[in-house]
Amino acid sequence: MNYETTIGLEVHVQLATRSKAFCGCANNFGAAPNAQTCPVCLGLPGSLPVLNQAAFELAVRTALALNCQITDRIQFDRKHYFYPDLPKAFQISQYDQPLSHDGHLDIPVQEQTKRVRIHRAHLEEDAGKLLHEAGDGASLVDFNRAGVPLLEIVSEPDLASPDEAFTYLTRLKLILQYLEVSSCDMEKGTLRCDANLSVRRQGEAALGSKVEIKNLNSFRHVRAALRYEQERQVAALQSGQRIAQETRLWDAALERTRPMRSKEEASDYRYFREPDLVPFSVSPETIGRVREGLPELPESRKARLMRDDRLSSYDADLVTSSRRLADLYEATVALHRQPKAVANYLISELLAYAHVRSLEIEAVAVEPAHLAQLLQLIEAGAISRPVAKNVFVEMIESRVPPGEIVTRKGLGQISDGAALEGIIAQVIAANAQTVADVRAGKASAFQFLIGQCMKATQGKANPQRVAEQLRQSLSQQTGGS
Amino acid sequence: MSRPLWALTAHELADALRQGQVRPREAVEAVLERWQSTNTLLHAYLGVNAEAVRARAERLASQAPQGKLFGVPVAIKDNICVRAEETTCASRILRGFRPPYHATVVERLEAEGAIILGRLNMDEFAFGSSTESSAHGVTRNPWDATRIPGGSSGGSAAAVAADSAFAALGSDTGGSIRQPAAMCGVVGLKPTYGRVSRYGLIAFASSLDQIGPLAKDVTDAALLLEVIAGYDPRDSTSAEVPVPPYRERLTQGLQGLRIGIPRECFVDGLDPEVRRAVEEAIKVLRQLGAACEPTSLPHAEYAVATYYILATAEASSNLARFDGVQYGWRNAAPRGSLLEMYQRTRAEGFGAEAKRRIMLGTYVLSHGYYDAYYARALKVRTLIKQDFDRAFERFDCLVTPTAPTPAFRFGEKLEDPLSMYLSDIYTISVNLAGIPGISVPCGFSKTGLPIGLQVLAAPFQEERLLRAAYAYEQATAWHTRQPEVAETTPSR
Amino acid sequence: MPRITAEEVRVVAHLARLSLTDEEVRLFTQQLDTILDYVQQLQRLKTESVSPTTHVLPLANVLRPDQITPSLDPETVAALAPQRKGRFIQVPKIIETEPG
Repeated sequence: MNYETTIGLEVHVQLATRSKAFCGCANNFGAAPNAQTCPVCLGLPGSLPVLNQAAFELAVRTALALNCQITDRIQFDRKHYFYPDLPKAFQISQYDQPLSHDGHLDIPVQEQTKRVRIHRAHLEEDAGKLLHEAGDGASLVDFNRAGVPLLEIVSEPDLASPDEAFTYLTRLKLILQYLEVSSCDMEKGTLRCDANLSVRRQGEAALGSKVEIKNLNSFRHVRAALRYEQERQVAALQSGQRIAQETRLWDAALERTRPMRSKEEASDYRYFREPDLVPFSVSPETIGRVREGLPELPESRKARLMRDDRLSSYDADLVTSSRRLADLYEATVALHRQPKAVANYLISELLAYAHVRSLEIEAVAVEPAHLAQLLQLIEAGAISRPVAKNVFVEMIESRVPPGEIVTRKGLGQISDGAALEGIIAQVIAANAQTVADVRAGKASAFQFLIGQCMKATQGKANPQRVAEQLRQSLSQQTGGS
Repeated sequence: MSRPLWALTAHELADALRQGQVRPREAVEAVLERWQSTNTLLHAYLGVNAEAVRARAERLASQAPQGKLFGVPVAIKDNICVRAEETTCASRILRGFRPPYHATVVERLEAEGAIILGRLNMDEFAFGSSTESSAHGVTRNPWDATRIPGGSSGGSAAAVAADSAFAALGSDTGGSIRQPAAMCGVVGLKPTYGRVSRYGLIAFASSLDQIGPLAKDVTDAALLLEVIAGYDPRDSTSAEVPVPPYRERLTQGLQGLRIGIPRECFVDGLDPEVRRAVEEAIKVLRQLGAACEPTSLPHAEYAVATYYILATAEASSNLARFDGVQYGWRNAAPRGSLLEMYQRTRAEGFGAEAKRRIMLGTYVLSHGYYDAYYARALKVRTLIKQDFDRAFERFDCLVTPTAPTPAFRFGEKLEDPLSMYLSDIYTISVNLAGIPGISVPCGFSKTGLPIGLQVLAAPFQEERLLRAAYAYEQATAWHTRQPEVAETTPSR
Repeated sequence: MPRITAEEVRVVAHLARLSLTDEEVRLFTQQLDTILDYVQQLQRLKTESVSPTTHVLPLANVLRPDQITPSLDPETVAALAPQRKGRFIQVPKIIETEPG
């Protein structure tokens, strides 16, 4: 029996505004407890919300980038539930007149493009944070996060596998980063995701019971939780059980989902129009202007780099995998018109640098002018590739131009025949057995000798010249005996 | 001056202070003395911070007179936030709550030199028409201490009537300024929705609430409105409409003013004495040159039902935040669960009427009932508003009774919430339509209880209703009658 | 037939986080029934073609500039709370991690 999986995702993105959604408190992470609160975001009696223009504009920008329709008459509603991190006991959200609806996002699936429909994207406010003390301790509330603007992006249940869900999230995050609307940092919670998944027998018309999954703290967790849940549901169906419609929590340590304690009643949020906020609308002219002002998004940038710079699909994909990397690439190519070389260097060296240090690409500071100069030094043969690696690292960390580093440290490549001759002579003299092996036809022995020459020059020797001269020296010696 | 200082109107006092005939400290001492001698009986005030009041008077005395209310003590209903002063909405659940900020109206009063005098009693969270639901005890009517002062701004109306305040602020969601003003024989003005900032007014029903003045005469009401009205960037629903100099425009007379008399207002349930007083008042308006004609508000009869759905729905939402977490009262039973904390805090913190309204509001918003009640009431609100729109195409003002009866006795309507709700029958539709309304004294019952006349105008036409009310006031002497309040010395 | 039952009153009370005594349940059931009966009059009106009024003023697009204004002193915030721990606001221990 075959089963089909249906997945929908709800993504919450904190918008990168200076101040909160409805008050002037700073919107940033890491302040002392309750240091960024005021009567409005604390919901003190008598306080009133006023919508942040930047939050509204960032939301519209994102909605348009996700091909959504902007609602004619945008309204806010109150969503009621009691919880200590929710100061007013209702969240200002949107119900029947959300900011935008009916968009889509294209994702690559097995060499093809799949269109994932976006049901809606709406604005709401974040809640505060709860800390739970161990043992019999209390729970503590910090309201700094309360009132931070959130855009909730709800997909249609168009995703057919955990891998597709992972790809969708990766693509969505990339677009959000290109738009510069959010830092999209799951660890800091500026991007959060809830998933729902159902399974049905192939060919069945009705969807299976929907299970919501919460507590997903990274894209990897999303995929792992969906895989677990998919298997659990298929196994249950195969053994003749029914799937309960419920909410489950992902336990990352145990790598499984578990049901949330059943609520005492089905939630009844009692939505109604927020009387303290007025309706909003966006004129067709503004929509046109915002659309035109959108940055080039990853898909079209990739296509352009393949067309104009003749990058391979693989290279173009990697280069556009972050807006910062793609910007760096283009700025460097503008100074040093060798697209392939620039792309290769970024992919091999910069990504490796970031990976080894567990840094986001965004956190690595590289001057395009420095990178261009480094590549020019390599191509001119002024420094060897091994030396270039070290200069690259130093250039990033010291922000000193690579030319200066090379001069100051005397790292110029040794290609001079006379200088190399002495070194080669010493290496031959010190490695008689290896020399004999070379002569006996062992290729690896020859490589060893080259390595010894490089070592003797701290990598500054031009490896090609060393090989040529070494071969010459060895054959001369043979001829001479 | 032959009259005691506390008997002056706010504008008379302001003139005297500006001209240096009276010093701020004298004004303050006069009204504090009056407060002390009347409050034991009336209980209009919940608290007066005499020390802060005197300190402010001293500070003002060191300055040159500046501002429209320089040195004038103004008292505040207990649902308007005053920084660092306990503000409770006359509810246990806000016991000890000292807002860390001023309401916009308080800032505006102080910017014009006013002295914030004290906090006035009210129905708990403004839920009521008699001030009987206050958690701090009832306020008595200065005209008859066995009767209610009206509500919910009963403390405001009683204080102004008894001269223990020169003027006061109240709030009006369904008649809470106008109805007690009528029952205590003072002037009460509910401005157009959006005319006065609601920032700092502890919300009852956000789409209906407005702050407004209760005053000794129409001139004072105009003066206070001038000070508190105007756009506030902290209130999204505050309108950017210029504030005219209301006081200057009072004296334009009634010649040519077209006044409509809604016939729906003169039906069953209207007390005959009230009816007669209002009819007499209409005659006076005619004599003053106004053209008075009957008109109709066909959906007026649905106003109370519509109001009690919409207002309680919003109230259930606005009062959800009083949950014991951040401020005010909490039941902190040791080892109690979060749910128990919520339930006990709210059960102990709210009085019966607050609970009843929270229950009704929660019910009409809940799944399965929203469409039948809440969604339908929003539509009927449109019909009620359209009635007024049509009427104001033909008329500059409408005139009605303010309340169907004079002040009733304590306890008379407590057992029957619906009959209490019906005492706001003439005022409620005004809030639903968002238009301004004023109540002015227009007579007395045989037993000596004041009766109020309500004048209504189109949105942002406060100028018109003040003009009509002023002309009427100048032509009659009702506002000069004073209640005889038995003075008592508070026990110390 | 009553418009609201005692059982419904209990459900609503739970939604509103009010613990009611049996006497209160009885009283509210009866009073809410009277009020709900009274408001039935709205069913007489034809409202199919009427649009709802949620805001009486025709205001729209009221926004504030994205500027930071001073926050409250965190000591003031914590001092408002019935129970605090340092500058946190303290509530009874929560076992479940999800709104209920």
